[in-house]
Amino acid sequence: MEKKELVPYGTYIMIWFGLLVLTGVTIIAASLHFGQWSIMTAIAIATVKGALVLFIFMNLKREERLFKIMLSLALITMTVIMVLTFADISFR
Amino acid sequence: MSHSNADGGALPSYLEVSGRRTGILGWILSTDHKRIGILYMSLILGFFLVALCIGLLMRLELLLPGPTIVQPNTYNALFTLHGVIMIFLFIVPGIPAMFGNFFLPIQIGAKDVSFPRLNLASWWLYAIGAIMALLSLFTGGGVPDTGWTFYVPFSLRTGTNVPLAVLAVFVMGFSSILTGLNFITTIHRLRAPGMSWFRMPLFVWSLYATAWIQILATPILGITVLLVFLERLFGIGLFDPAKGGDPLLYQHLFWIYSHPAVYIMILPAMGVISEIFPTFAKQKIFGYKAIAFSSLAIAFVGYLVWGHHMFTSGISDTSRWIFSLLTFIVAVPSGIKVFNWVATLYKGAIEVPPPMLFALSFIFLFSIGGLTGFVVGALATDIHIHDTYFVVAHFHYVMFGGVGIAIFAALLYWFPKMFGRMFRYRPFFISWVFIFVGFNTLYFPMFIMGWLGMPRRYYDYMPEFQIWHQISTVGSWLLATGVFIFFIYFVKSLRAPRGAPDNPWGGTTLEWRVPSPPPAENFIEIPTVTAGPYDHHGEGDA
Ligand code: HEM
Ligand SMILES: [Cu+2]
Repeated sequence: MEKKELVPYGTYIMIWFGLLVLTGVTIIAASLHFGQWSIMTAIAIATVKGALVLFIFMNLKREERLFKIMLSLALITMTVIMVLTFADISFR
Repeated sequence: MSHSNADGGALPSYLEVSGRRTGILGWILSTDHKRIGILYMSLILGFFLVALCIGLLMRLELLLPGPTIVQPNTYNALFTLHGVIMIFLFIVPGIPAMFGNFFLPIQIGAKDVSFPRLNLASWWLYAIGAIMALLSLFTGGGVPDTGWTFYVPFSLRTGTNVPLAVLAVFVMGFSSILTGLNFITTIHRLRAPGMSWFRMPLFVWSLYATAWIQILATPILGITVLLVFLERLFGIGLFDPAKGGDPLLYQHLFWIYSHPAVYIMILPAMGVISEIFPTFAKQKIFGYKAIAFSSLAIAFVGYLVWGHHMFTSGISDTSRWIFSLLTFIVAVPSGIKVFNWVATLYKGAIEVPPPMLFALSFIFLFSIGGLTGFVVGALATDIHIHDTYFVVAHFHYVMFGGVGIAIFAALLYWFPKMFGRMFRYRPFFISWVFIFVGFNTLYFPMFIMGWLGMPRRYYDYMPEFQIWHQISTVGSWLLATGVFIFFIYFVKSLRAPRGAPDNPWGGTTLEWRVPSPPPAENFIEIPTVTAGPYDHHGEGDA
């Protein structure tokens, strides 16, 4: 894209800390035994982490629209894949 | 030796310009996408011939019942080796790595891919993975015997060298991911002025759809084989039911990659066919947008059908009918393509030199492979033929009859461009006869014996199957003869005198507007594109 101001390094470092904290949260959440919901919790936290990486580290925020559309298609695909896999287990 | 460009300038070709280094180093350290394409080609085709010989050995074993040339364990190792090489070293990298690298930048009017060094790194990862795969044969417990699918629990328990083999697959996976990443970025960023999305050649569209699968699906394979590795080493219990694991989880994860992987193989092959047909029918492709979008549709729906490999594995009934239904849906975009290709021929001024002959046989063989896909995709019939030779016949028709034949077609179609030399037609016509007759003799009997109940992955059989096995083995000799003729004359043609015209077939896409072989940076000046890719009549720029 044309006018590309750089993201300040400080932001990157903050995000990195954020990712570390979220990793910690994942581990703690896993030891709390939410039962059925423990997987959902892990996936939710992972989604937040993924979003941080995609939008800030990988600069998706300022990417062209088409690229964002393609990427959301990819994410939808991943979601459907997970749903199909989980569906098998719950209907077995 | 140099060529004069249309603009009158004389530029040395990529074959002469080796970068900072010379000799072999000028190749294996080159970041020129064309040289990297040729690097891939030499390895990939070499592995293909090796795995082909292993296939011949298996067929020879099956000529007579009982042990013929090998013991049962050796047979297990042979089909594993054959499958692993054919899939991971030949057909998955196949067209994107060889022809995608060479032609994608030229076809969109770019000087190179977006990340040339990453591109070279991908080749190195492929080479390192291949070396690891070779090492796994001679170290540890010896040649893996799990089949190319590495199913648990057997892959966790067998004493053979599964750990190194799956690590090799892991490393090669990265090669594939990085290639996909490179291609997507290149297509988004480096199209020449005027090269809008709908002026891109269909080969580029197919690579684009493929690249998304490479990026999205391959990491799943990577993590899956890594988990097998970790489970073997540390007993983490993800797949072992005794530890609360689920062996079906492995099958899910494996096929979540491996079904989309068949589209990594076939989509670029379809792209090749979409280039060759308009050139030799001297017509605009019929239904350009339909073909372009069907590639994306295949890539998308192709993610959602993996369960058809698991109909008999004990997954839930609900999943079984859903996956069977989705499988039928994914056939629609493939059908669209076949009809569009045939419509492209309608009223065309068709010429049939060797590349077109192979492209036409693609339609025939791929259609048999595709239509028998319905038979294995339908829940009820698959229960009967699952894990029989029917499946072996089906996937050879798709992978070899489809993708393999498309690779032969592409090798011939782009030969003059890549090497600046022409080949004589006759040896390739002769090789085609052997390949086509041999192919059907080899694989068609497998449909019959599969239907009659001959299971796959056995080194022995009941007497009633003998006649079919023998016909099939004779077919393997015919086919191999054809393939060897092909490659002997392919190598011979590499030494033919230079002087292929820039556009021997009358192609309309950009690669036919640069010299044969192309200069190091493809274009003296980045072209400006003013028309669609298959304009045979106008004097458009593309
Ligand atoms: C002359 C050529 C070929 C011959 C004679 C041949 C023959 C065979 C035979 C006899 C089997 C074993 C069937 C069984 O016991 O279950 C087999 C399996 C297989 N072939 Fe081929 N084949 C050839 C080419 C190819 C090509 C070009 C590909 C892919 C691009 C391919 C992919 C596979 C795969 C994936 C398997 C399954 C391996 C496994 O069960 O793990 N083959 N082939
Ligand atoms: Cu499949």
